[in-house]
Amino acid sequence: MEWISYLGPLWQGAWVTIQLTLYSTVLGALLSFAAGIGKRSSIWPLRILSAVYVEVFRGTSLLVQLFWLYFALPLAGNAIGIDLRLDPVVAGVLALGLNIGAYGAEVVRGGLKSVSQQQLEAAQALNFTPRQTLWRISLPQAIPEMLPAFGNLAVQNLKDTALVSLISLGDLAFRAEQVRNFTQDSATVYTLVLLMYFGMALVLAGMIKLLEMSVGRWRTVSR
Amino acid sequence: MLFAIAWDASSSWSLAVSILPILLKGLWVTLQATVVGFLLAMAFGLVLAGLKSVPLKIVRWPAKLVSEFLRDTPLLVQLFFLYYVLPDYGLLLPAFMTGALALGLQYSAYMSEVYRGGLEAVGSGQREAARALNLTPVRTFTHIVLPQAVPRIIPASGNYLVSIMKDVPVLSVVTVLELFGVARIIGDRTFNYLVPLSMVGALYLILTILAAWAVRTLDQRLPKHGIALR
Repeated sequence: MEWISYLGPLWQGAWVTIQLTLYSTVLGALLSFAAGIGKRSSIWPLRILSAVYVEVFRGTSLLVQLFWLYFALPLAGNAIGIDLRLDPVVAGVLALGLNIGAYGAEVVRGGLKSVSQQQLEAAQALNFTPRQTLWRISLPQAIPEMLPAFGNLAVQNLKDTALVSLISLGDLAFRAEQVRNFTQDSATVYTLVLLMYFGMALVLAGMIKLLEMSVGRWRTVSR
Repeated sequence: MLFAIAWDASSSWSLAVSILPILLKGLWVTLQATVVGFLLAMAFGLVLAGLKSVPLKIVRWPAKLVSEFLRDTPLLVQLFFLYYVLPDYGLLLPAFMTGALALGLQYSAYMSEVYRGGLEAVGSGQREAARALNLTPVRTFTHIVLPQAVPRIIPASGNYLVSIMKDVPVLSVVTVLELFGVARIIGDRTFNYLVPLSMVGALYLILTILAAWAVRTLDQRLPKHGIALR
């Protein structure tokens, strides 16, 4: 029954993983909407900025982004005389949020695009401002469409948090490595950790399902 | 390979120029890992998709559970599991193969869904028509269902090929000297992470933009009604 003694440190790590997932998912959601709406903006610098952000963060690897923010950014800051050294937690949340936000932006863009053209024309005919159309017509209809894809991204983000262990943040993957080094009991430690990640993913997916049901409850036509 | 090559760290530009050949060698390893991982994912995914469609619940449910499990747990932890646990059971693989195996396992779950989606997209009317024409189930599958499923499977697989490429840097933690691993070592030696890491980012950006273009072109070129497999 040695494995019970592993649960203490692993639980500590799991708690850090949960917090990281929460913060970076919230950051990612904000960035998703900013860039997703920005990509459809009528102001061209906003469109370009959103498109560049999405391409760069979807086009490069998360691990590269994480290491760039943590190891390379301070050097870049040094060159221009600003202190850009980031705390591992900040670098981790920033990298995860920026990465998942770029994927989410495409989801938001797709969701907004799925709102039928007649709805927008009707809004224009009723003299809605573009802002009113977005807030009162487009987004309420688009958000239920986006949620299943957002759910997948949230689980993806939970899995990705394991990478922050590589910049010495004490998350679940990091604690697993520590316990393994200490006990050399690789099979037990990593089986436990895989099951813990699986459990967290199932809970997260269940929460998104509940959210989907509550957001979509007003829709009478089920598809 | 890193010991034999010298670099010129006198300025950022000279460093960038002098490490480019080493980074390209790393890039070659990245591409190899991507291809091997993808081939494994295609093979394992096919097995998983087959098992998930068996009518027997006692086969289907465990297959679904395994697929969910592979998809919902981090690649990094799966990789560590394989890297540390397989040798305990007498299976000593080179780091590169362990990494490719981890990529293959993680993405087999995604690939099994790609196969399933492709096959399900073929309308049931097609199967019924084949049956009405007295085609055997095997002929129906090879001549009716598969040719129509393949054009849907190829673009989706292409997207996962790109995802695998973006996950290869994780392999550097088990000492695989792929692009990112090489850049990290150069950073450790020169104390200049900015140049090598930015170059890795730029190389990845070029590759993914090219790959996205290739997938899009392929998608447009593929005949929408199906490919004759003869």
